[in-house]
Amino acid sequence: MSAYTVEIRVMPRASLLDPQGQAVQHALQALGFGDVASVRAGKHLVVKVQASTREEAAAKARTMCDRLLANPVTEDYECSVSQ
Amino acid sequence: MQRVAVVVFPGSNCDADTLDAARAAGSDAYYVWHRHTDLQHADAVILPGGFSYGDYLRSGAIARFSPVLRAVTAHARAGGAVLGICNGFQILCEAGLLPGALMRNARLKFLSRPVDVRVEATDTPFTSSYERGEALTLPIAHGDGRFVADAETAALLEANGQVVLRYVTENPNGSMHDIAGVCSAGRNVVGIMPHPERRNAQLLGGQDGARVFLSLEARNATQHAGDLRAVDGRHLRV
Repeated sequence: MSAYTVEIRVMPRASLLDPQGQAVQHALQALGFGDVASVRAGKHLVVKVQASTREEAAAKARTMCDRLLANPVTEDYECSVSQ
Repeated sequence: MQRVAVVVFPGSNCDADTLDAARAAGSDAYYVWHRHTDLQHADAVILPGGFSYGDYLRSGAIARFSPVLRAVTAHARAGGAVLGICNGFQILCEAGLLPGALMRNARLKFLSRPVDVRVEATDTPFTSSYERGEALTLPIAHGDGRFVADAETAALLEANGQVVLRYVTENPNGSMHDIAGVCSAGRNVVGIMPHPERRNAQLLGGQDGARVFLSLEARNATQHAGDLRAVDGRHLRV
């Protein structure tokens, strides 16, 4: 078993309204960043996990996302594993 | 008299009002702590409003793993009545007992005010004492009340008459199809964003919410009426 770090990015599904991202976009535009075309706001989670292989760590992270960290109705996620 | 379990999570804050409203309707209502798995022979379970686990991660996402949810799920699967109010609705969606999800209000603001809703389904344990199409004024108090579901699920909800409450005059949070409440395919699990327990007496500004709790007792009365048998010219309860 070795220690792996899994970085998980959870984003609101692209087809759904993301009012938080929109609010940030408007604030950026008010700050003078008029060329900001869109902002989407999600979550970044860093999970340290013990696993025997990199693939096992990734599989565990995907299960964590499916069961808790992301809502399958509204969110998509991506995991990247490092040691 | 129905036995009504009001589940208390860390962060529940409508549990006392919900218990009072159920008792005012004549139910034998009691609290069940979220760590417990014994619903004490409940006829109905209510998940009250609040901010279970501080709404961390997503509203209802962590409460869904409380031990009591195993018992609530078993109760629901066996056809038992379950009502989720506000945060309780969010928990039921997270637990997969109701379809869809509740996301941040479209205009981001936390909304705490009365809204107008229409009763769309009366064949649930919690709406049977209303008339279909009846307009109610009920308070909402939520930041994450925008109901969303994929197009196929939304179409099924409409086709099966699973929309229980719908916002009228205005849609406060951007909910799909103006949905304020839905029920399961079996109709025994109901989730609503408005707070009927905050409108069950004139003292609270109205009693449009009272019949959510009275519906349970009415169902009970019907069941008992069915149990009456005429024996030797007298009615005996069997």
